[in-house]
Amino acid sequence: MVAGADVASESVRVRQRIGVVPQRPNADLSLNVIENLEFHAAYFGFSRAVSTQRANELLERLGLAEKKQSMVAQLSGGQQQRLMIVRALMHEPDIIFLDEPTVGLDPQARLDLWEILRDLHARGRTIVMTTHYMDEADRLCDRLAIIDEGRLLALDSPRALKAKAPGGTLLELMLDGEAAPAVEQAQTIGGLSRIEARNSTLRAYSDQGGRPLPAFIEAAESSGRTVKDIRLLQPSLETLFVSLTGRKLE
Amino acid sequence: MTAVLAPRSDVRASSVFLALLRRDMRVARRDLPFFLLRTTMQPLMFVVVFGYLLPKMGFLDDSYTTALLPGVLAVSLALSSIQSVALPMVQDFGWTREIEDRLLAPVPIWLVAAEKIFAGVLQGVIAAVFVLPIARLIMGPIEYLSFANVGVVLFITVLGAAAFSALGLYLGTAISPQQIGLMFGVIVAPMIFFGCAYYPWQGLSAVPVMKYAVLINPLVYVAEGMRAALTPAAPHMSLLVVIIALFVITAIFWTLGMRSFLRRALG
Repeated sequence: MVAGADVASESVRVRQRIGVVPQRPNADLSLNVIENLEFHAAYFGFSRAVSTQRANELLERLGLAEKKQSMVAQLSGGQQQRLMIVRALMHEPDIIFLDEPTVGLDPQARLDLWEILRDLHARGRTIVMTTHYMDEADRLCDRLAIIDEGRLLALDSPRALKAKAPGGTLLELMLDGEAAPAVEQAQTIGGLSRIEARNSTLRAYSDQGGRPLPAFIEAAESSGRTVKDIRLLQPSLETLFVSLTGRKLE
Repeated sequence: MTAVLAPRSDVRASSVFLALLRRDMRVARRDLPFFLLRTTMQPLMFVVVFGYLLPKMGFLDDSYTTALLPGVLAVSLALSSIQSVALPMVQDFGWTREIEDRLLAPVPIWLVAAEKIFAGVLQGVIAAVFVLPIARLIMGPIEYLSFANVGVVLFITVLGAAAFSALGLYLGTAISPQQIGLMFGVIVAPMIFFGCAYYPWQGLSAVPVMKYAVLINPLVYVAEGMRAALTPAAPHMSLLVVIIALFVITAIFWTLGMRSFLRRALG
């Protein structure tokens, strides 16, 4: 069910109530910016007069007013992404879906987009977004779901989820080969728990910050491996993600 | 922004269809000179060589133009209908994904494909209307040419354009973007050369195997239908056979094209 309509049997009604911002901008390249918006509104049954006014307001609000007559190909990546948001808002949807909206944006464009999303949220829109950036999820979302390969692993507020993150600092050693032989040696080190090997990564949680690190490295090297890289992560959504999925964020 | 402007009642499918059509017509209008060049250049050059130069040189009888004119119209409308549906489909589904905004419109998805076919028909008709006077001008007076059956000419034009638009929908959604060149080389080119566009079907009696083999080619029926309508006194296939064949071909490619379109749209 989406917005009170059944996705399978009432897909037309669902489409009327949702706005979609795709990961890769897919504006109509044969039309200019304002035409993109007017035609989109027309596909949703709006009259020309209403849609023009609405398009102008939204373009103004999202800083695209000057680009009104530009062809889509002349816009930068960030501008195209904003155009996608304007387009998704044209038909006044109840729910807006954004698929990794900040991928490929420069830091300023990313911050601008966050502002826009906060503003929409403050105006009472329901926003559903996917992201690989845990800081983004942490800062923007009221409710956060961790999904891995289609399975829902956790669903709660960011605060409650962070409280569930395994205690201690996550230490990770990237070795030049299979990490498993080092596990036994590492288990003798005080202050480390949940020591595990996954391929060439040796991982453990420390309740003393980085202090056990030298001994941890020594344990890894005593198994005949060389340490190629080291990572320390404070308890966060990222460590929770790693502990839930057993994978690093790609 | 606070005012609620959205019509929360269901949107009428007909108004969405018209909006989709308006979009395609606006784009087509901007693209018109290129569209006409792309789709009528080849048939018109054929007209210059076979309808003007060769008869002038004495290699061909003047009467050949009687067979050529309807065929040239058929090729023009076939090319423009196929291209105006297939090319955007290949592009949209292949890399730009820009059709997604239309797929999200609150109407059944098949309506988006039906509109594409309708727009393809219009563009086929435009190409035929553009080519007819130019071809006639280049070739000079044409024996047996008659405009007594304008209604039939228009009917065959629309029906032929529908068949080729539906074929365009199928090809455009079934072929991967990398193979678009292949579509023209392996499907469209043989279709044109073995489509009885540049010679009448009855003429193939000289090569009986060909005469029956070409019957799987949809262009044969458009070209012969044009002959039946424009040069009724010259040899041509029965109009009834032409009409039935074009209906069947349209239905087949509509079904295949729609299935392929829905698969791509939902995939």
